[in-house]
Amino acid sequence: MAIRRGRGVAAINYPTGMNLGGDPTQALVHSTPTGNFMVTLSSVDLGQGMKQIMAQICAETIGVPTDRVIVDTADTDTGPHCMGTFASRGTHRAGNAVIQAAKEARQVMLEVAAEELEVNASDLETDGQGNILVKGAPQKSISIFDVALAAHFKRGRSISGRGMFLIPRSYPEKETGAMKPSTCYAHACTVAEVEVDDETGEVTVLTVKNVFEIGRALNPKMVEQQLVGGSWMGISHALYETTEPYYPNRDHGATDFNQYLMPGPGDLAATEIIVLERPSADGPFGAKGPGEMCANPQIPAVANAVFDAVGVRIDTLPITPERILRALKAQAAG
Amino acid sequence: MAKVPVQFTLNGSEKAEFIESGTTLLHVLRDKIGDTSPKGGCHQGTCGACSVIIDGELRLSCLTLAETCNGADIRTTAGLAEGGVLHPLQRAFLDAFATQCGFCTPGMIMAAKALLDRTPNPSRDDAVEALSGNICRCTGYEPIIQAVLTAARANSQNAA
Repeated sequence: MAIRRGRGVAAINYPTGMNLGGDPTQALVHSTPTGNFMVTLSSVDLGQGMKQIMAQICAETIGVPTDRVIVDTADTDTGPHCMGTFASRGTHRAGNAVIQAAKEARQVMLEVAAEELEVNASDLETDGQGNILVKGAPQKSISIFDVALAAHFKRGRSISGRGMFLIPRSYPEKETGAMKPSTCYAHACTVAEVEVDDETGEVTVLTVKNVFEIGRALNPKMVEQQLVGGSWMGISHALYETTEPYYPNRDHGATDFNQYLMPGPGDLAATEIIVLERPSADGPFGAKGPGEMCANPQIPAVANAVFDAVGVRIDTLPITPERILRALKAQAAG
Repeated sequence: MAKVPVQFTLNGSEKAEFIESGTTLLHVLRDKIGDTSPKGGCHQGTCGACSVIIDGELRLSCLTLAETCNGADIRTTAGLAEGGVLHPLQRAFLDAFATQCGFCTPGMIMAAKALLDRTPNPSRDDAVEALSGNICRCTGYEPIIQAVLTAARANSQNAA
């Protein structure tokens, strides 16, 4: 009986969004009378930072500072339609819709500014600080605050835009079965090192090293925090989480979250995160969906590391001490 | 049922309420007084989201009967900032990106405050131990541990 060490590697491709009945999201953008911009969505920010990312995307497209953008989310009764925040689709689908809506709003904003400055709208540019300038003659300018006031109270214009992004449903070709279920894939590779106690079946994850290829990281610190949390969650899926921990009979299973196991702060593996940015062709500013993808590669990597350590293949999750001991027993008998 | 009076200090200000016997402190704080910084996660003392500091000790407000708090000094995350300036722990949590959905954050911060109040220069193991009664689903804990250690360093530099 001994503590045995093993190392496992795994790589994954992960689609951004889904392919059921088509995958649409809409967005609306409008300016307030004082030149702030409101993004209206039905999409939900459940802590992954969607509001921040949509504010960045809208601000970048219109040409204003991010703090001039307000994002309203999550009312499916009143908001423009969204399929929802799942399948790692939020940034990609809603982001593209916000870009389209913001472009339309920006065009109206430039038209009103052109009327105020008595120039052509095509001769105008934004400085990203809240002003609109004549190209080549930046001394001739107007603040977006004044443009919004003029639009509301003088010109009778609504500085607003509509955005719609749809990935149509892909059907398999009848002859070959070939299809395109996703337009955009994120990728990841993980190496996990474990110790397995072949007497108790307990697994300790010593280190987990992850490389994530996630398109453009629109907010690098928020991407990092999601990847760190996701890596932890992947180990949690691999070794801990089930509604039937350690018991074959459902009657003995967990009845509440206090019996639903996850690794705590004392059970952390030394975690390394490396981000590769290879901008996607159809993502907003090159983004892909890093959300769910980041919690996947640790699972096969840990399973492979367990195999490397004690020579048994566990193909049912989570990889509990009971399953390892049963497999070791079968191996010894076999 | 006859209501019972309860009086305590919440983040330095006097509070008095009539409550039904058996009401939890969490309920009184959130639904009677309106301090929603302690969160009701599990309501059975396992998740730590409702953590508050009572007379200097970390307590689970979901398992604390409000009527046992007469005369107590109760501290919650809502009372940490002073004059619009965030507490070093709050600042460190922000800077370390130690929060995602944010539901566990107030409990984490009170657990960390209880630690730093008695152990100003904690080791990593001290921080892990102090946070081990609090569950987080998003962060993987490491950013939270780093935030606590960073806040401790900031505190000791200010004191020096």
